[in-house]
Amino acid sequence: MIQNQRAKRSWSARLVLLIPYLWLALFFLAPFLIVLKISLSQTAIAQPPYVPVLEWAAGWAGLKAFFAALSADNYAMLGSDWLYPVSYLKSLEVAALSTAILLAVGYPLAYGIARSPRRLQPVLVMLVILPFWTSFLIRVYAWINILQRDGLLNDVLLRLHIVDTPVAWLSSDTAIYIGMVYSYLPFMVLPLYAALEKMDESLLEAAADLGCPRGRAFWLVTLPLSLPGVAAGMLLCFIPIAGEFVIPDLLGGSQTVMIGQTLWMEFFANKDWPVASAIAVALLGLLLVPMLFYERMQQRSLEGGR
Amino acid sequence: MAEAATQEQTAGDRPLVRFAGVAKRFGQITAVEEFTLDIGEGEFFALLGPSGCGKTTLLRMLAGFETPSAGSILLDGEDIVAVPPHRRPVNMMFQNYALFPHLSVAGNIAFGLRQERAGRAEIAERVAEMLALVRMPDFGRRRIDQLSGGQRQRVALARALIKRPRVLLLDEPMAALDKKLRAETQFELMELQRRLGTTFVIVTHDQDEAMTVADRIAVMDRGRLAQVAAPSEIYERPNSRWVADFIGEVTLLEGMLAEGAIETVLGRFRAAMPAGGRKRDTVWLALRPEKLHIAAQRPADGNLNAIPGTVFEIGYRGDMSIYKVRLADRSLMKVALANTSARGRASFGIDDVVWLSWPPEAGWVLTR
Ligand SMILES: Nc1ncnc2c1ncn2[C@@H]1O[C@H](COP(=O)(O)OP(=O)(O)O)[C@@H](O)[C@H]1O
Ligand SMILES: [Mg+2]
Repeated sequence: MIQNQRAKRSWSARLVLLIPYLWLALFFLAPFLIVLKISLSQTAIAQPPYVPVLEWAAGWAGLKAFFAALSADNYAMLGSDWLYPVSYLKSLEVAALSTAILLAVGYPLAYGIARSPRRLQPVLVMLVILPFWTSFLIRVYAWINILQRDGLLNDVLLRLHIVDTPVAWLSSDTAIYIGMVYSYLPFMVLPLYAALEKMDESLLEAAADLGCPRGRAFWLVTLPLSLPGVAAGMLLCFIPIAGEFVIPDLLGGSQTVMIGQTLWMEFFANKDWPVASAIAVALLGLLLVPMLFYERMQQRSLEGGR
Repeated sequence: MAEAATQEQTAGDRPLVRFAGVAKRFGQITAVEEFTLDIGEGEFFALLGPSGCGKTTLLRMLAGFETPSAGSILLDGEDIVAVPPHRRPVNMMFQNYALFPHLSVAGNIAFGLRQERAGRAEIAERVAEMLALVRMPDFGRRRIDQLSGGQRQRVALARALIKRPRVLLLDEPMAALDKKLRAETQFELMELQRRLGTTFVIVTHDQDEAMTVADRIAVMDRGRLAQVAAPSEIYERPNSRWVADFIGEVTLLEGMLAEGAIETVLGRFRAAMPAGGRKRDTVWLALRPEKLHIAAQRPADGNLNAIPGTVFEIGYRGDMSIYKVRLADRSLMKVALANTSARGRASFGIDDVVWLSWPPEAGWVLTR
């Protein structure tokens, strides 16, 4: 009886453990395999717009013919046309620089929140999340309004006599960076705040007690202890920014093309699903690098410092 | 407790630490008030008092984490109130140890020396020395979360001692240890203190701990100093009912002071006159349970004070039994009886009529 119950419990416990795997298989692995498959196909004027299409009715022979028709040509194409490497590089550049700015802005912000009175902290965190209450698209359109020629920003600058002719903010890299930093700031601040908030205040007192002035204690104690938050925040910003489409499309100029825009163009304008899929798969491979880096860092911190 | 220190019951002419009229207020709360105290060089000093009486606040003011609202704190004769914590030659062992989780054991211990920009070789040597001192020579590379509570406590101790502070501050250093380990650690601390000769100031709410380790104890009551003296002095000659009651078990009999005696509703008991006590003053006779004798008959010796009562309750504690005896005025008096015979429990039962007796010098008269 007891044995039976225990067996039942462990069975249900295992089922609970299976849920994330099922989820990932259903909503990540399966779509990924489909995209991977399309990326190995050729574009065609058909429905769907690529060949080969798997014919279940043809049986074993059909399967063999299907695999024979797959090719890596699209990937070779990504390397041959300068458009693709350039947009990849641009994406990585924008993602890296935006993440750096986000860290520079987000760390002091998170630090300030974590050091403010306990009562106030939930309110401040709430304020950081507040922009999420309006749609992302609407917020980006609002930035168009602010940054355009007769927009709010130029208005203020003109009135303060900082500039005497309106500045062309919109359709520039500056506008992209403004949009990125604005939109992704919560993703940087929240993990940093979580790391800084759980830090024991008495550690700083211990450092001071051992002869370490407050400024230096930041570098010796606070910063090292917040590194997991730094890594998480950078990852949470870098990866989606690298694939970002809306912000560069709406705020950026035509001279800047990020990979997300190239992908959109291939998919919607050129109707070239296979190339679009190859772009997506290659991007995923590219973003695996920082992921693995983060993984290794976590491993190291689990094994312990010096 | 060192023999020399038992005799020398003051901090000497030139105290190492002096609190002069120190007060500390947090908004409406007064944590420490009119606090004046000297601590001598090389003393093992305990700040003892119930939870919330301001012990930690006092220690934090000495370490530099709190600024007194009034008064001054002198170290070696110099006012240190304006000196920031990182420049005070004082180190603290924190109540929760506050070890750096991102550093190894050796990294934690070396932290203080690194701030002094000591050389690599010197750091390595002194870290090894400290690890040996706390008997953890092979633990240098361990992570903090791989240590037991007792080991963390030792690492915290080593980290605080490596800079050879003038005063080592210990805030409830044994609160997180279990009883057995606590007793061992107390003796280790005493041994360490004697060997290093460093002045130790320990904060504790545990009177047994303070009595065991300290040369002198300052008993605190709601932010004020109640009494400062050697442990035996505090136990045998408390200066107030509050101290007598806080330290150990005691029965207090209220009465009126007479010539060489005190008159109570239960009779007249002979006792030594308190200093400064005048006849007809209201006073209290403090009697420690272990100083009383319990017997079935009234003792023959007329010199002894004696009082009859009935056994109300017996608490068996292994090494001794505590009897609560109900007196004529229905108050209870506690008597301790050592269980020296193997059969343990002594031969009195509940409701037995007994006589309690004590020689006049066993009682202590309190005037407040
Ligand atoms: N930072 C602070 N802010 C407000 N009140 C405090 C602060 N620190 C201590 N207190 C108060 O001062 C009193 C003494 O505290 P503390 O020194 O920690 O006592 P102990 O260490 O003897 O238990 C307590 O009433 C406590 O609530
Ligand atoms: Mg305390």
